[in-house]
Amino acid sequence: MNSSFSRGKANMRYMTIQLTDRLNNAIRHNMRSFTATGLILGVVLGLTGCVQVAAPDKPIVINLNINIKQEVVYRLDGDAKDLINEEADIF
Amino acid sequence: MFEYMKNNKALTVLGGLALTAVVATPVLAQRDPAYSAARSSGAIGEKPDGYLGFVSAPSGATKALVEDLNIKRKAAYTRKAQATNSTVEQFAFTSGCNLIMRTTPGEKYQAPDGSWQTRTSAAPIRDSRCP
Repeated sequence: MNSSFSRGKANMRYMTIQLTDRLNNAIRHNMRSFTATGLILGVVLGLTGCVQVAAPDKPIVINLNINIKQEVVYRLDGDAKDLINEEADIF
Repeated sequence: MFEYMKNNKALTVLGGLALTAVVATPVLAQRDPAYSAARSSGAIGEKPDGYLGFVSAPSGATKALVEDLNIKRKAAYTRKAQATNSTVEQFAFTSGCNLIMRTTPGEKYQAPDGSWQTRTSAAPIRDSRCP
């Protein structure tokens, strides 16, 4: 039983090879399905992933009146009063 | 002699001060009489934007007077707007609120709808944003 080649050892080696093959096949199979899923996803995204940019049909109107807000008027009120008193000849 | 000179110096200083006072007085002058007359006659009035406007077609002299005052006002508004970190329009509008408030009965001012009103003792019609 101590020889370098025995029936038991050969048997074990055969079993190991078989297991490894089965494992490899399983991985390969899984990889194939992954690749398929990825391809399908890519195609779907390619079809629906367009970004649509539409120009507004109404002209853009900027109301200049909005520049003067009540809070600004309140903030400037004291300075305006000072100016009117300082330069009374032009007001 | 020295005493006299010292006195004289003091007099000179006093004289200089008096002269300064005389020269400085016109700077504090109030409205030009022609401007006051145009205001009280109702030919011109205060607008909500902070400038003077014509209520009726102006004479050449009145037109020149108002244009000159409006240029001076714009310069003052511009200076103050820079100091207060605001726009010239914002500062002019705020001044307009105050100037309409300060009109005296009989003077003209422009309401927010653009119509010219005569100031009465009642509060003037002003923009809703006025304080």
